[in-house]
Amino acid sequence: MLLGFSIPAILVVIAIILIPIGWLFYLSFIGNDGQFTMEHYQKMVEYKSYKRVFFTTFQVSLFTTIICILIGYPLAYFLASLPPRVAGFFMLAVLLPFWTSLLVRTYAWLVLLQKKGILNEFAMNIGLWDTPLKLVHNMTGTLIGMAHIMLPFLVLPLLGSMKKIDKDLMHAAANVGASPSKAFWTVFFPLSISGLVAGSLIVFVLCLGFYVTPAVLGGGRVVMVSTQITAILENQFNWGAASALGVVLLISTLLVLYISSKIFKFDNALFGKK
Amino acid sequence: MSWLKKAASDTQITHGNRIWLYVFAAIVMILLVVPTLIVIPMSFSDSQYLEFPPSKWSLRWYHEYLDSPKWMRATVKSLQIGTLTMLVATPIGVAAAYALFVSGHKAARLIFMFLITPMIVPVILIAIGAFYVFGQIGINNTVFGIVLAHTALAIPLVMIVTTSALRNYDLNQERVARSLGAPRIKAFFLITLPQIKFSVMTSALLAFLTSFDEVIISIFISGGVNATITKHMFSALRDYIDPTIAAISTILVIVSTVLLLTTQYISSREKKKK
Repeated sequence: MLLGFSIPAILVVIAIILIPIGWLFYLSFIGNDGQFTMEHYQKMVEYKSYKRVFFTTFQVSLFTTIICILIGYPLAYFLASLPPRVAGFFMLAVLLPFWTSLLVRTYAWLVLLQKKGILNEFAMNIGLWDTPLKLVHNMTGTLIGMAHIMLPFLVLPLLGSMKKIDKDLMHAAANVGASPSKAFWTVFFPLSISGLVAGSLIVFVLCLGFYVTPAVLGGGRVVMVSTQITAILENQFNWGAASALGVVLLISTLLVLYISSKIFKFDNALFGKK
Repeated sequence: MSWLKKAASDTQITHGNRIWLYVFAAIVMILLVVPTLIVIPMSFSDSQYLEFPPSKWSLRWYHEYLDSPKWMRATVKSLQIGTLTMLVATPIGVAAAYALFVSGHKAARLIFMFLITPMIVPVILIAIGAFYVFGQIGINNTVFGIVLAHTALAIPLVMIVTTSALRNYDLNQERVARSLGAPRIKAFFLITLPQIKFSVMTSALLAFLTSFDEVIISIFISGGVNATITKHMFSALRDYIDPTIAAISTILVIVSTVLLLTTQYISSREKKKK
């Protein structure tokens, strides 16, 4: 039967996703004594340190998403308005970082933002500030790096939806007397919202589980769920606690996707199937 | 500067009115590209410290990289793992995408959703889950284990690219071949595959890059003689900044730029064909 051709792919996903995550789910209910327990989940509610981790994760994800929207929307608008001839060239500015290893980009920011880094030297030379600012190994550095890495994820779907907008609609709005800004806010912007929501959602969800950039640019001061999971495994080798945190991360991710798909009904756009 | 007064869009707005948009977009594009490319001049510095612009130029860090058995072994491993992932993920991803798209079976949509879960589940979870399960069956630190995990990550990308190509392809051509007596497999290879080959090539490159740039899973399940280049880079970034990384980063940037330009070339060929 035709569907049989999908069996190898299904087997791989079962082996790498279903079984391991099922196992983690099971481990999250097992205490150090090997008995069933809810203690790993109880600790999350009781301990202040966990609350801080969840709060930081949410904060970093939300701020990164907002920065990406504020920077990404005008950029996508600019790219969408370009004639196709030159658009390809300017698109490289978005695609090149998108294709470059995030380790390379994280490393570049580490170098750019450090105390004696290019940014501090430059700003001090032109007199923006006098003493080197601490721009890395903290929240500032993490947000800068995350926004840089996430921006293409917002711009690409947004650009897709902007390109689909019928230009005659703007023309018509202008003809019946709408000012350019009115035409933008009442015609163009509402039509671009589906792409904006899809892009923001991808960014937010990717941020929730992001590891490399907060681990390197946060310098241990920005503890997100993902960095906390590895810390628990490295320092305490506590599989129960790490798994429970992972389960919470997964469920939050799925909840965000589920709720927004109910609100915005865009699951077709995101999942790419009719 | 007469172009400033020309109409820039379908409303009455002129280029002069939206000069702020061009300036803003230019700044953002520079900020997107510079941190990606800045590692290149830095890698030719002679200094132990990361300074910019370098006071003295040299190939010191390239020698350091090329003379290091650790980095050389990791580079070969990453290339090998990336190639194997590409060779495994592309055929099984294309087969699954084809089967699900053509069958029109009720279960197809469900299977599709299942097969793209590796894109939705936070990678940190896949990493620790695979680390645990692989530990139980003793395939941590093996090429087989890493390729298997990377294949799971690459399958959704291959499927999405292939499915969108199939959507733009007229399946009737294959139906004609089959009504004339060609078996399905033969009809696929002779009629369908040649028409979607550009997308299949793009998805193969994406599969390679997914594996080659992958960090988190590699940190956990690769090690010893089978450690990947990203694993070594990550620990080097977290612990101390070794300028050798700048040389390696430059090589990674060149690899991804070549792959990106190849896909751009492929898609322009595809457009020309139509």
